[in-house]
Amino acid sequence: MKERSVTHATFVIERNYPTTPQRVFGAFSDPAKKRRWFAGDEEFKVDSFEMDFRVGGSERSSFRARGLTCTNDTVYLDIVPDRRIVIAYTMTLGDKRISSSQATVEILPRERGSEFIFTEQAAFFEGADGPQMREEGWRKLLENLAQDLTR
Amino acid sequence: MLSQRVHVDRVFHALGDPTRRAMIEKLSEGPVSVSRLAKPLDITLAAVVQHLQVLEKSGLVRTEKIGRVRTCRIESKGLSVAERWIADRRSLWEARFDRLGKLLAEPD
Repeated sequence: MKERSVTHATFVIERNYPTTPQRVFGAFSDPAKKRRWFAGDEEFKVDSFEMDFRVGGSERSSFRARGLTCTNDTVYLDIVPDRRIVIAYTMTLGDKRISSSQATVEILPRERGSEFIFTEQAAFFEGADGPQMREEGWRKLLENLAQDLTR
Repeated sequence: MLSQRVHVDRVFHALGDPTRRAMIEKLSEGPVSVSRLAKPLDITLAAVVQHLQVLEKSGLVRTEKIGRVRTCRIESKGLSVAERWIADRRSLWEARFDRLGKLLAEPD
């Protein structure tokens, strides 16, 4: 059987931050600030982080987790100060590109802070989920189910 | 997004029944015919077919008619590829935006 090699998906994440849109935007435009929230994690070791925040500019970050190198290659497509940032990015695991996406950040001024909307439209490529990931997927699902049933 | 959620609901619904879980367990050992799948279950063939329809709809099981025999096999692909990828990517960004929130809560 011939299988499709791309899976398309869109997801949205919303947040309310009790601060001004200017400060939220600043956490994206200032490389030192962005690196802190974007790349800082105990599980991920940051190998490199470089960004050029302007339309047409690029950003490249490299992490290591569980022995695998993960690289993000980003291009800034649209920037409206304090309001909107649109990027295109690919994610590479080891030497395999696993996805390419467009992601949009919208920042809306609200009475008590900022509404924050992140929308990612992704194309996931084939072969990135090895047998181990599938197994983990199953285990996770069954664990969730067990939790659901014992609630 | 909505269709993904519907899919997850179907998967949970499908796995929420002990007979269907027994069928999945049997199928995880390898493909079998419908009648062989039905044999240890002590239910009618019609009931097995109904359960199979639920499992097929959820994308957990695929059936295929070869000659006069309908063979069932597990379909783990539907589960892992889409859901796993999307869930992983989403949780990656969720963790980032939690850290962003913490950073924004600090004084300048």
